[in-house]
Amino acid sequence: MKAIKNIGYFLTFLGFAFFIGSVFTGTHKVTTATYENWIQSKNIKSEYFINHTQKAIVDQQMSTWELSQIILDQAKASNQYQKSQPKTDWSKIIHLKWSKTSKDFIYPLARASVIGWYKQHPTLWFLITFGFAILGGLMIFIPNYKLLGPAGIKNNGIFQHSATNKGIIGFITAFFFMAFYVLLYFFPNYIINPILSVNGINQFLSGNDAGQWFLYGVMYCSVMTVFAVRMFIKYRHNSYQLLRTTVVLFFQIAFGFLIPEILVAFNKPWFDFKNAWPLNYTFFFDYNINNLLNSGHLGIFMLVWGIALTVIIVPIMVYFYGKRWYCSWVCGCGGLAETLGDPYRQLSDKSLFSWKVERWLIHGVLVFATLMTALTLYVYFAHIESWKVIAFGISAYDVQTWYGFFIGSIFSGVIGTGFYPIMGNRVWCRFGCPLAAYMGFVQRFKSKFRITTNGGQCISCGNCSTYCEQGIDVRAYAQKGQNIVRSSCVGCGICSAVCPRGVLKLENGSDTGISRTQVNDILLGNDMDLLSMTKKNS
Amino acid sequence: MKHVVIIGNGIAGVTAARHIRKKSDYHITIISSETKYFFSRTALMYVFMGHMKFEHTQPYENWFWKKNRIELVQAYVQKIDTTLKKLVLNNNTTITFDDLIIATGSTPNKFGWPGQNLKGVMGMYSKQDLDEINRYAKDCKRAVIVGGGLIGFEMAEMFASKNIPVTFLVRETSFWNKVLPAQESEMINKHIKEHHIDLRLNTNLIEILSDEHGRAKAIVTDKGETISCNLVGLTAGVSPNISFLKNSDIKTDKGVLVNRNLETNIPNIYAIGDCAEQQSVIGERRPIEAVWYTGRIMGETVARTICGIPTKYSPGHWFNSAKFFDIEYQTYGWITALPKENEARFYWEHKDGKKCLHFNFDKISRKFIGINTLGIRLRHQLFDRWLTEEKSIEYVLEHLKDANFDPEFYKQYEEEIITKFNSENGTTLTAKKKSWKRIFA
Ligand SMILES: Cc1cc2nc3c(=O)[nH]c(=O)nc-3n(C[C@H](O)[C@H](O)[C@H](O)COP(=O)(O)OP(=O)(O)OC[C@H]3O[C@@H](n4cnc5c(N)ncnc54)[C@H](O)[C@@H]3O)c2cc1C
Ligand code: SF4
Ligand code: SF4
Repeated sequence: MKAIKNIGYFLTFLGFAFFIGSVFTGTHKVTTATYENWIQSKNIKSEYFINHTQKAIVDQQMSTWELSQIILDQAKASNQYQKSQPKTDWSKIIHLKWSKTSKDFIYPLARASVIGWYKQHPTLWFLITFGFAILGGLMIFIPNYKLLGPAGIKNNGIFQHSATNKGIIGFITAFFFMAFYVLLYFFPNYIINPILSVNGINQFLSGNDAGQWFLYGVMYCSVMTVFAVRMFIKYRHNSYQLLRTTVVLFFQIAFGFLIPEILVAFNKPWFDFKNAWPLNYTFFFDYNINNLLNSGHLGIFMLVWGIALTVIIVPIMVYFYGKRWYCSWVCGCGGLAETLGDPYRQLSDKSLFSWKVERWLIHGVLVFATLMTALTLYVYFAHIESWKVIAFGISAYDVQTWYGFFIGSIFSGVIGTGFYPIMGNRVWCRFGCPLAAYMGFVQRFKSKFRITTNGGQCISCGNCSTYCEQGIDVRAYAQKGQNIVRSSCVGCGICSAVCPRGVLKLENGSDTGISRTQVNDILLGNDMDLLSMTKKNS
Repeated sequence: MKHVVIIGNGIAGVTAARHIRKKSDYHITIISSETKYFFSRTALMYVFMGHMKFEHTQPYENWFWKKNRIELVQAYVQKIDTTLKKLVLNNNTTITFDDLIIATGSTPNKFGWPGQNLKGVMGMYSKQDLDEINRYAKDCKRAVIVGGGLIGFEMAEMFASKNIPVTFLVRETSFWNKVLPAQESEMINKHIKEHHIDLRLNTNLIEILSDEHGRAKAIVTDKGETISCNLVGLTAGVSPNISFLKNSDIKTDKGVLVNRNLETNIPNIYAIGDCAEQQSVIGERRPIEAVWYTGRIMGETVARTICGIPTKYSPGHWFNSAKFFDIEYQTYGWITALPKENEARFYWEHKDGKKCLHFNFDKISRKFIGINTLGIRLRHQLFDRWLTEEKSIEYVLEHLKDANFDPEFYKQYEEEIITKFNSENGTTLTAKKKSWKRIFA
């Protein structure tokens, strides 16, 4: 068993080593046709740039670094040249910005011009990266079935291991997570070889070449699958966890990955039916609305569905089941947090201070998302071009860009996932997700969901609080005999699973009021006479 | 302003302080020698096992005490001067009080075994014990646990979690069978062995042998066997921690003697928690109950008395819980190891051998008396109510679905349980559907 585990570690390591090793090592050869296509699609007007760059790159073999650098240098030189002209032609200026240039400008050319071994051997390349990592991961986790002993809570050593207690391994892991997101969001031109490892799958699914988001999708599903297997073994005694993990995995693979890709294969818009506004903040962006409006009946249905999801389905479901139906049964972000993130759940901060920060941040993001969307819709219906300045020198496009950059990319991705090994697995869900904030209101004030505290049985041990990924001090309620009704609870059920005294039960009661939130002065088990108010004669 | 001084910052003392603060403006001081801040003793094992860090065992953040104007003093009380109402601390200071609450908890029993003070021999009660265990576990080849109670069990689980071989000496013929009926006890015996613990039933410790450095190297049992080990856990029960009261006028027996208002023989001095001994019998309860819940209930109660509303200590229906490796245990009402004359029992066990329910009821009146459950969680609130309302065993069984407290989607066994009861008793009960209305009634 131990041996299988060690081989698993080795294989995983190898898979990741190949994967990471191939980053930055792309080889490119730009043909004239590719080049011209690119120039056209990027709408480049500067002859200076077109001619110089063509000379420098077309029909020459070079690395991604060289290619990217040449394009950047030429763009800068071209801009300088244009500005040095007696009359600057602004349409010939190439706008450069670090967070956009690589991904929007350089990446398409780099992606189209890649050559080399990775491109020629897609299957083998897939097998020695994804194949090794997935197989290795399974070999690491499956032996736990025997190694951890009989089914039950086995959190042994979690706070004594570097990977799960903010040790050096934890920080290295965090670094890799963050680096991956930075490359993915801002510099996809450097991860073209990794992208090629899943090209075959994309070809098979929709006949298209894979891009960075397809790579991300495959990684997401693979990681979730491997770590779901880990969950299945770790919580094999707990039907709630088994069912929840199965469902959230299903929703990710089917709704978050396969269905959108299949839609694309049929020339329909890429659409994730479970992604509700305001988490899906681009839903009301003009290009999305127009895209849906131009996609026939299905497009209209998607538009109506998307609105109904936010306005009707989400609040009704939260009323009956709490926000857990979404956050830990359906949502993709939640799905990753509950699988890949599970080993890190204990790192969320439980202090009152962090609860204060949480409330400011998450509600701040909700306000930001709402204002941004309101502005977007305003310019849409008022037929104002989105790049037109509206007030204070700011356009709707600017606001969208800021939101996309700070919230959509940095917060939800780089920090949200990157910080798993440091701040726990729900950094985004707890501090950032505007949909969670919205559902939180419903859950807190009008829902049947509560975590019932079992009378006076709590021994204040603290397992529940420690393993609450949302940083809720569950014990603070349980030891007072009070139910846990908190807007941030995502209903993962782990507090209930780890409680050694059977104190906590997630349930949807019959009412939304008194049975949920009643507070007693003393706990069940104390029959002292509370009515006798006779004062001692002193 | 009245100065209330509490000796001991365990669950009893801290609960008292919190409730006094809620009801009054008194000056409150808690003195304790173990740690500055309150922590949950019941969680010590999880710190050793790496489930938690020590700070996670502290139910309140450190700012809590100042905010609630509860003064903390870390010192040992050496003497109580009851006439001058003065405490003498080991740091040579004194503290005067108007009201005093003694909540000093317990200390592990040692029965004068030869070698009981060697290095590597320890109890498990305090934070200091935990530190000691951590130190000696590092190079531990085998650990021997002496005493088959709940704390001994926890210790066995701790070492097993670190893959340290454990020998578990239990005086009784089956684990905890002074409390658990034979069936439950046997289920736990099996589970202990499933976790590769070397369980020695019906075995007593004779002596602990020392190596040349004064550290335990082996133990000798009454079966004449020598078991080599370099860590010995002594967990043969606990007794009230009241040695510092020896020369005071406060009346003690095994514990500090108190009346139903938790008052000692000296006015304005109270005792609560593990260290208190009831002078008059309360129902079936033992005079000293060293469990978490009673400590808390006494804390809640004494706070009212001190705040001017004399209140009797009135613990409700007995309940308790524990966890044996992977099997959770809960109990409500009374179900003793052996049935009393008027009692009948009904036992159901799941075929996996890890879940069972054991009901106790009156043969004639059919009144439900108590239940043990292993591997299935039950709703405290309902059992408490059913006991108060003196429901019949039949009523309890028919409404068992209401009381199921397992997480959602767990398999439920009420039908199976009732079928077994029907076939044994010639009844025709059926399980009623779960009703929120009844639960919240
Ligand atoms: C390992 C372990 C696990 C347990 N698990 C459970 C369980 O699962 N369920 C359950 O119901 N019960 C359990 N118990 C029992 C439960 O913890 C005790 O009943 C409870 O903690 C007693 O609380 P207390 O406030 O009376 O005393 P304590 O918690 O013992 O607190 C007394 C404090 O007073 C201090 N003190 C004593 N004398 C002096 C002095 N002279 N001067 C200053 N300070 C002094 C002590 O150092 C101590 O810190 C467990 C006990 C242990 C040791
Ligand atoms: S309170 Fe419990 S169910 Fe809710 S998020 Fe925390 S651990 Fe999960
Ligand atoms: S895990 Fe259970 S017993 Fe421990 S503090 Fe939480 S509710 Fe109480």
